[in-house]
Amino acid sequence: MISIAEVEHVAHLARLALSPDEQQRFTEQLNAILAYMDQLNEVPTDDVEPTSHVLDLVNVFRDDTARQLISVDDALQNAPESTHQYFVVPRIVE
Amino acid sequence: MAVFHQTIHDLQAQLVSGELSAAALTEAVLQRLQAVEDRVHAYITLTPELAREQAAAADAAFARGDVSSPLQGIPLALKDNLCTQGIRTTCASHILEHFVPPYDATVVQRLRAAGAVFVGKANMDEFAMGSSTENSYFAPTCNPWGGLDYVPGGSSGGSAAAVAADACIAALGSDTGGSIRQPAAMTGVVGLKPTYGRVSRYGLVAFASSLDQIGPLTKDVRDAALMLQAIAGHDACDSTSGDVSVPDYSEGLDRGVRGMKLGVPREYFVDGMDPEVETAVRTGIDTLKQAGAEVVEVSLPHTKYAVATYYVLANAEASSNLARYDGVRYGLRAESEDLLTMYKRTRAEGFGTEVKRRIMLGTYALSSGYYDAYYKKAQQLRTLFRQDFRQAFEQCDALVTPVSPTPAFRLGERLDDPLQMYLADVFTAPVSLAGLPAISVPCGYTQQDLPIGLQLIAPPFCEALVLQVAAAFEMATDFHTKKPALD
Repeated sequence: MISIAEVEHVAHLARLALSPDEQQRFTEQLNAILAYMDQLNEVPTDDVEPTSHVLDLVNVFRDDTARQLISVDDALQNAPESTHQYFVVPRIVE
Repeated sequence: MAVFHQTIHDLQAQLVSGELSAAALTEAVLQRLQAVEDRVHAYITLTPELAREQAAAADAAFARGDVSSPLQGIPLALKDNLCTQGIRTTCASHILEHFVPPYDATVVQRLRAAGAVFVGKANMDEFAMGSSTENSYFAPTCNPWGGLDYVPGGSSGGSAAAVAADACIAALGSDTGGSIRQPAAMTGVVGLKPTYGRVSRYGLVAFASSLDQIGPLTKDVRDAALMLQAIAGHDACDSTSGDVSVPDYSEGLDRGVRGMKLGVPREYFVDGMDPEVETAVRTGIDTLKQAGAEVVEVSLPHTKYAVATYYVLANAEASSNLARYDGVRYGLRAESEDLLTMYKRTRAEGFGTEVKRRIMLGTYALSSGYYDAYYKKAQQLRTLFRQDFRQAFEQCDALVTPVSPTPAFRLGERLDDPLQMYLADVFTAPVSLAGLPAISVPCGYTQQDLPIGLQLIAPPFCEALVLQVAAAFEMATDFHTKKPALD
């Protein structure tokens, strides 16, 4: 069982501000969904290798050559705030 | 038959002969779109001016005798998670409501180069998370069938409804656990999920990167082959796109199924399955038998664990992928004095309930102490799913199954029950976990006139085989020619 306190902790890890109502609702729903997912424990998998990816690819290399894909201006055009070719964020160093 | 009812291959002949201009075709589709859109809500953003420009360019090329592709001059819809340079791309999310990509997805580049016409960006579940298109920030899409009271399926529900309502000639969608096949089945159109790696994902807004794949939704199988032809192939911008040669997908469509061995997995006919769906699918299997295929029963023993496995892995990947929405580089920002509060409020305001729920589940499954129990366990199950399919394909050439255990459900019916919504993916998610190609073709209608789909599945990179079986089925039936009552 996952508690409201754990839901709060996970929300913090996920950088989500949840309302008290959402915390309550997600606690109930997450418990129902996790109980369903627990049925995976019925399957013995001790000697089974995990699959992270279905293609037989290990590393895909390319030449390290510079290319102009988009301009700095284009890269900044969707930024909520920018100045002098930088993204602006709230002050983080006192 | 009005031009907007027709298929790519029928229209192409008329465009090449000069009988029809791309401009006239585009106007007809735009008018049709206007006539149905306030009832169907298939689109988030319409691009009529771009469409007219592209149509004019296509006509100029036709006049020069320059035909670069069968898609030249064909009006298409693009799911709104495909980046389009200069056209806003929202993923049906408040957080990307005003996002205008500075580049095109590779598939969009290829369609532009093919001379296609873009009429708009299609509605979807927010970040492709959902099976009904009700999780759109903007508005739910209504299924053109069933008197507009039913969901079109999801998450590519806008693309599917646009094709079904003739509000475009064909569309692109994306499929992570069934998001092309399930809406195609529920709206009576053809939907093809290619092999993982067959189509470049560059410029597809990421949901679950090891599962996401772009594919077409069309009015018939030949059109699906033409669309896949235009978008398939290796792309240096997507290191997971397969460096595998692309065959001619139209070439084998008339070969039929005589001598072919088709497997029917016994685990795909379960209690709780809608009886009308079961009857239509079993009749469909008989149709393929009559067309000359040998039908054998096979087993995919882990099927009942597919939904749990899929939702652990997809949500884990989603929680990681969606970490990028932080209010810094693009998208919504909720202003705040300090950075941590800015992140948390931005994400709280920007994401809808289902997206938050999945981020929570994924973060939990990846968090310290639970990683082995959920994430690693699900990755091990994924290996077993691949084994199941590999063993099945030792006994047959392709598999025939239902797409979804039920036809379309009513709008609002499953909104408060996320688990019930997830269970709709039981026959599509295993295919995604194994990265296989699969298609949904119309195989019947319920008494209430709701479409039912038949799923055909083949080994990796065997799209041509999937299309060949689907074309044989289509040749023997006329379900794909039925239209919803919208006029």
